[in-house]
Parts: sequence; C-alpha cells; structure tokens
Amino acid sequence: MKKVFKRPEILKDVPFHYCPGCTHGVAHRLVAEVIEELGIRDIAIGVAPVGCSVFVMDYFEIDMFQGSHGRAPAVATGIKRVLPDRVVFTYQGDGDLAAIGTGEFVHAATRGEKITVIFINNAIYGMTGGQMAPTTIMGQVTKTTPFGRDRETNGYPIRVCEMLVPLEGAAYLARVAVHTPKAIIQAKKFIKRAFEVQLAGLGFSLVEVLSACPTNWGLSPLEAVKWLEENMVPYYPLGEYKSPAGGAIND
Amino acid sequence: MARVIFREERCKGCRLCTAVCPRGIIKMSGHINEMGYHPAAVEEPEKCTGCTLCALVCPDIVIEVEREEKAV
Repeated sequence: MKKVFKRPEILKDVPFHYCPGCTHGVAHRLVAEVIEELGIRDIAIGVAPVGCSVFVMDYFEIDMFQGSHGRAPAVATGIKRVLPDRVVFTYQGDGDLAAIGTGEFVHAATRGEKITVIFINNAIYGMTGGQMAPTTIMGQVTKTTPFGRDRETNGYPIRVCEMLVPLEGAAYLARVAVHTPKAIIQAKKFIKRAFEVQLAGLGFSLVEVLSACPTNWGLSPLEAVKWLEENMVPYYPLGEYKSPAGGAIND
Repeated sequence: MARVIFREERCKGCRLCTAVCPRGIIKMSGHINEMGYHPAAVEEPEKCTGCTLCALVCPDIVIEVEREEKAV
C-alpha cells in the first residue's frame, strides 16, 4: 500500500504544545507541506511571532528567527533584503499582527517587501488568556468583553485582507480557514500561491487563516469549528482578495 | 483497501476526526493515553476507504493513511 498521508518531513517529530482542537497544528502542517512541495526547504527562513505560536521554531526543521512582539514583518524585511535569494515568511497571530504589529505589516505591504505573511486569526488573544483582540467579532464574549464586544466601547473588528487591498505593494492577499476538510484544501492552495508570488518576486503576500481557539472561546473543539463557520466566516469572507493576475476571485 | 494509522500517544482527544469521517467509524477509546486524553481509534477498520479527511483535520498530525493505488 502507498502512503497517501503522512507528516511532512520538515516538521520535527515532536508533539505540538497547543491545546486540544487548536488549529495552529493544521496551519503549521500546511506551511510545511507547501515548503516541501515547492522544494524550498534549504532557502526558506521563517520569522516567529509572540503569542501561542512563539515556539514555532521548535517544530520546523528550517532556519527561523523570533521577532519582537508584532515586529516579524520588519525582521523579515531585513532578512529578505540581506538575503534576497531566500524565501522569507512570518507566522503571526492576530494579537501580534493586528494589534501591536499593525504598523509593521501595513508598511511592509506598502513597501511591497517580497515576503509572505501567514496571519492566524482566531479572534482572541490566546497565550495571555482570552482577552479581546482587534479581530474579536461584534458581540463576542472574551475576558475583557464579558458582555460581548460592543461598538461604543470597543469599536469594530479589523478586516486585514480588505484593508490591504488598495496598497500597491501588496501583490497577493487571501483569506482561508482551517475548520473543515474543504477549507483546509483551499487553504493549502492559497498558501502555496502566496509563496509562489514571493518566488516570482512580485511583491508582498499575505494569507489570513481563520483558526479555532476552543480553550479561550470556552467551547469544545467540535463546537469551536461550528462557531467559526457560523460567526467568523460571515464577518471574514473567505477567498482571494488580490492576486497578481488582477481582480478579486472570491469563492 | 485502505489503512489508517493512529499515533495514539499524540492524540489530544479533540474529536475533530470523528465528525468528518464519512463512514462514522472513528470513535474515542475508553482508556486514556500517556498525556491523559481518550485517544481516537478506528472501529471496523475494514470499512475505511482511505479518504484522508480525518488526517486533514487532525491538528496534531496523529493520523497516517495508506491506500492501494487505484488501477487507472
């Protein structure tokens, strides 16, 4: 019999430290599979964030660096400019990218830095214990919004992909999810395209990955993937927002 | 003919695989593994088609899938 599904070799054979049902593991696997399939293992350099995935370098058998909180795109910019023949990507959560790191990814996109950002959006701060994130959706209950996110006090959630569309330096923008097999297959396709855009030297690429945080959402893993489908996907529609071929291809 | 291999010691018992199996043959075991979770396991393995959906959704890469190559 032929092995049709196995752990990518780039991922070290160690257990993830993530909570049960946390979909960081799926996102890690997809990035690893894409690096493997594109044959860029020896030239890929990743930049880790601060947050639950701060230990991402413990899992990938490639060169990695850990940026200060929110600063991964700035670090990636430096690496890519010094080593332009490498494939440089960041892996960041929503607390890292969309809060303290807002200036970093927006300006990296504006400058058209030839890096790829993998942005994990789970609508909450994970590592610090479930506080409201910029991406927390309206009405969502968190530790710091016990009555639900409210527009008077907390304002509106950030839609990162939509926000970057007008920037000329942003070459590829897509939003995917990792809560169903179908979404996961699409996620891998778009992550691969983002890396291909970088390999072709076309500019900045970002893939936003809607991810489940059962622990801080206070749900079981099965309830969490359902909550993601029913609450996050309507607010954060999936699809490609910008691609070098031109035009948005939402599906 | 297909076979799924569960690395029981890596399973955190999240049950995501049980919900996506089109044959409904993945169940949670009664015993606990060394991490303290009830691991997922396949009942009636002969019914597995090797569709890989369980492996796709598993966040902990517990599952490997083997399948006979179909004659084209």
